[in-house]
Amino acid sequence: MTKLRLTHGAPATRILGIGSAQPERVVTNDDLAAVMDTNDQWIRDRVGIAERRFGGSGDTVVSMAVEAGAKAIAASGLSPADVDTVIVANCTTTVPIPNAAAQVAELVGVKGAGGFDLNAACAGFCYALATASDMVRTGTATRVLVIGSEKLTDIVDPVDRSTAIIFADGAGAAVVGPSEEIGIGPVAWGTAGDLVETITMPNGKHIFQEGQSVFRWATTKIAPIALRALELAGLEPSDVDVLIPHQANLRIVEAIAKKLRQKGAREDMVVADDIVTSGNTSSASIPMAMDHMRAAGRVHSGDVALLVGFGAGLSYAGQVVICP
Amino acid sequence: MATTEKPTDEEILAGLAEIVEEVAGVEADEVTAEKSFVDDLDIDSLSMVEIAVQAEDRFEVKIPDAELANLKTVGDAVTYVAKNV
Repeated sequence: MTKLRLTHGAPATRILGIGSAQPERVVTNDDLAAVMDTNDQWIRDRVGIAERRFGGSGDTVVSMAVEAGAKAIAASGLSPADVDTVIVANCTTTVPIPNAAAQVAELVGVKGAGGFDLNAACAGFCYALATASDMVRTGTATRVLVIGSEKLTDIVDPVDRSTAIIFADGAGAAVVGPSEEIGIGPVAWGTAGDLVETITMPNGKHIFQEGQSVFRWATTKIAPIALRALELAGLEPSDVDVLIPHQANLRIVEAIAKKLRQKGAREDMVVADDIVTSGNTSSASIPMAMDHMRAAGRVHSGDVALLVGFGAGLSYAGQVVICP
Repeated sequence: MATTEKPTDEEILAGLAEIVEEVAGVEADEVTAEKSFVDDLDIDSLSMVEIAVQAEDRFEVKIPDAELANLKTVGDAVTYVAKNV
């Protein structure tokens, strides 16, 4: 009988480098109050956001992904030719065809790379990171450029104060490659399809969410997923140096941190609060927060970071990584 | 809990007051039956969810999101818990 062969990859993987990109235009809460019934204090109290970035006509999921991806490759000390696969997590390209990944691969200079988009909404980056890591471990890929890029302003009603104050644009990227030491832990992922109706696009154009239902889910069900990711990696809550939840709402971020501290996470654990100045950028928020915290000196190479993404679907995924 | 006795309205009110103090920083003494969560205690819709989640744990009762809008006053919440516990 004819036998097939399989490829064999690296014993483990790690993040080699990260990068991020944001549009230039800063939008403050006062800017939003000028076009809808809201105000700075109301927004800060509800979601913790002070300002965010909105893309212009020249900013797209692809263009921001290219900028973030190129920075991540450079930060890894690699050239584009060293990368052989591109995954773009997103849920906001304006048309489903063509996908973003093939364009990003071409524009970044990763000629002929394998490429695909991945939609797990705000959990997309963690899903893509897990997928990339497993691809390198099985030999499907050698180095994978993993990007979360979103232009949420394309799917937000600009005068709907329940969503327009939250969502923003941007991209974050990481290069995943082979490693002797384990730098990316197993993923804890899943879906809560029974809550599908809580985040939808009912008119096909604009995002809608049932704020209270999503808030309840995120503040009660996500910390256990983060704890599961720790358990899978063989770590304790006290091992976590940096907690980077999806930047959905500062109150959700703080609720997750509080629950983890009740389970033994340290008081000096650094908690990502990038939402304050970047807004909610869906699949981009986790790698962008990590990159901003690295640039600010709040995250250091070798730190144990606990990532957990959650969003429409509802979908969630979390894993432990060692910061590059 | 070992006891199967239902809590009294006073016990529910005292428990809710502790939860409101923890979630929203309102002094427990201020949390009285006639107070409106939104207008008197300045509690927003997300804090109401946090209060509901903690009340569910404490009183072993279900408080769905759809029900939250009906709980205008602290007294409404006491009555709801007493009826559904």
